[in-house]
Amino acid sequence: MQLIRIAWRNIWRSRVRSLVVILAVALGLWAGVFMLAFSWGINSQRMQNIIETKISHVQVHAPEFRDEKEVGKFISETQSQQLLGDLSADERVKAVASRLVLTGMAQSPRAGLGVQINAIAPEAEAALTQLPERLIAGKYLEKDGRAMRILIGAKLMEKLGLTKEEGDSTIYGIRKSVVLKFQDTQGQTQGVKFKVQGVFKSQDSRFDASNVYVRMDDLAQYAGVGEGRHQIALLFNDPQTAEDSTYLQALRAEHADLEIENWKEIAPDLKLVDESFSVTVTIFMSVILLALLFGIVNTMMMAILERTRELGMLMAVGMNRARVFGMIMLETFFLTMVGAPIGLLAAYGSVSYFGNVGIDISAFAEGTAQFGVSSVVYTSLESGYYLQITLMVAVTALIAAIFPARRALRLNPAEAVRAI
Amino acid sequence: MKVIETKNLNKVYSGVVDVHAVNNVDLVIEAGEFTAVVGPSGSGKTTLLNMVGGLDRATSGKIYVGGEDITQLSNNQLIDFRLRNIGFVFQSYNLIPVLTARENVEFVMLLQKRSKAERAARVKELMAAVGLEERMKNRPGQLSGGQQQRVAVARALASKPRFVLADEPTANLDSVSTATLLDIMAELNQKENTTFLFSTHDQRVIDRARRVITLEDGKIVSDERR
Repeated sequence: MQLIRIAWRNIWRSRVRSLVVILAVALGLWAGVFMLAFSWGINSQRMQNIIETKISHVQVHAPEFRDEKEVGKFISETQSQQLLGDLSADERVKAVASRLVLTGMAQSPRAGLGVQINAIAPEAEAALTQLPERLIAGKYLEKDGRAMRILIGAKLMEKLGLTKEEGDSTIYGIRKSVVLKFQDTQGQTQGVKFKVQGVFKSQDSRFDASNVYVRMDDLAQYAGVGEGRHQIALLFNDPQTAEDSTYLQALRAEHADLEIENWKEIAPDLKLVDESFSVTVTIFMSVILLALLFGIVNTMMMAILERTRELGMLMAVGMNRARVFGMIMLETFFLTMVGAPIGLLAAYGSVSYFGNVGIDISAFAEGTAQFGVSSVVYTSLESGYYLQITLMVAVTALIAAIFPARRALRLNPAEAVRAI
Repeated sequence: MKVIETKNLNKVYSGVVDVHAVNNVDLVIEAGEFTAVVGPSGSGKTTLLNMVGGLDRATSGKIYVGGEDITQLSNNQLIDFRLRNIGFVFQSYNLIPVLTARENVEFVMLLQKRSKAERAARVKELMAAVGLEERMKNRPGQLSGGQQQRVAVARALASKPRFVLADEPTANLDSVSTATLLDIMAELNQKENTTFLFSTHDQRVIDRARRVITLEDGKIVSDERR
């Protein structure tokens, strides 16, 4: 107890110097944690956005479709009906929709561009991807509405020359005609004319520049797939279900002739970001803590130098090496760990605050949209990372303590007690 | 009873030119002695006290404390030896500034793992003996130099050592503080039969010593008992 008391009081002997170190630790941790939370906020929003609007939690395809995108590789009517029925009845499934997915060209009077044509069941798609919420002009597709209507991404509209600028606003050419060209199952090129019914804009401008949506009924007849489907996508109520290997194995066993993949298999880049984040945390915080370590070691070395005579006295009167070592270790540990909770609490507070109100980065929105990043970033960091960072700080404190403690042990008490 | 005995004690500092700081010193200190080691600067006073106190190693010769040859002890054993046997009073007091006077006196007893009751009683007794009962809660920075050195004497005696080594204890004190400190040490010497061994230049200390050993060039040139 006495050692703890001495160590604690010792760190306040040079109040300003200790406060500078404590402040540096607190600021370093706050900045580090906040930057990580900002980074994770961007990543998690991007992942969530991509999952919820594009790839969903799980996708089902006919074998090799995802690699080759061949129109003829589709899930048969029987299989797709059965699967849709089974999944719709599953309580774990929040939404499920089927699609035809064709690679083709969109042709306007002014330009022609390569696109992915998504033929959808409007209601099911709305439940799955909230597509209607992303409309910025026109109307969503209706099940029994007018035939041969199309939804086009805002960026694609621009590239097809179907927009015009009026003052500060952009007027989208609703009801303008667009011809979609694609190959049917027989290898014949089909050209089908659609009228623009709506324009959507997501957080990913690249997606908006290369995707169109039409009704399944309008396209199926031209594609030659009958009631077949290229893709069945689903979202779960609990996102963890998508990573439940037992569930996936059972589903795969039941539909052995189909490819069933979760989002991590469909988008390995997202998986990498998700799974490598703890490595990012470790590396990022290590760099910050390394910088702090030098500051702490320097401060403690100065303290040892100033207290040479006192340390000599302690050794002379019978304080053994383990106790001297322990006292310096404790002092360094205290010095570091006083700043740590301040920094972590400040970080937790600011991460929570900006997790609610968000940070507007709209000044960079044009650039960020290309990467599917929203213009408002909501900071977030799982609580486990706070624990990981706390442990890293503790380890840093212990490492920082070793050098001054060893220096103290090397003192010769006979010389130290007379040191000036 | 012999408390300290040295036989053919030598200390040589090697360098470009070897310095024979202590040269074949044979010395016996009996229990209860109040001895001053005097001599000019560089005569080997501090080196002799450091070796007797187990702070420095002899180049050759033997040092017996209570019959135990301390030249054979390892560094760790020496630390334990100092804790059990020796009280130190330093020229610059060397109190722990973050502890109160009471805690400074208690500190060595904590290292000795004495019970709380024993510590409390001993602290009270010693602080009364050095006349600082009222200043127990003060930190060193709140005490005068003389008061700090009195606390240092109380600390040196707290562990009930075989002897107290005082290296120039009055060098930083004014005459009034010196007189008070010497009175206290003389009283404790008689009351508790504590052996005191000083190194000093201070004539006031020399005048109060009952034995004066004079060193020159590392050798004892006189040993006067009064």
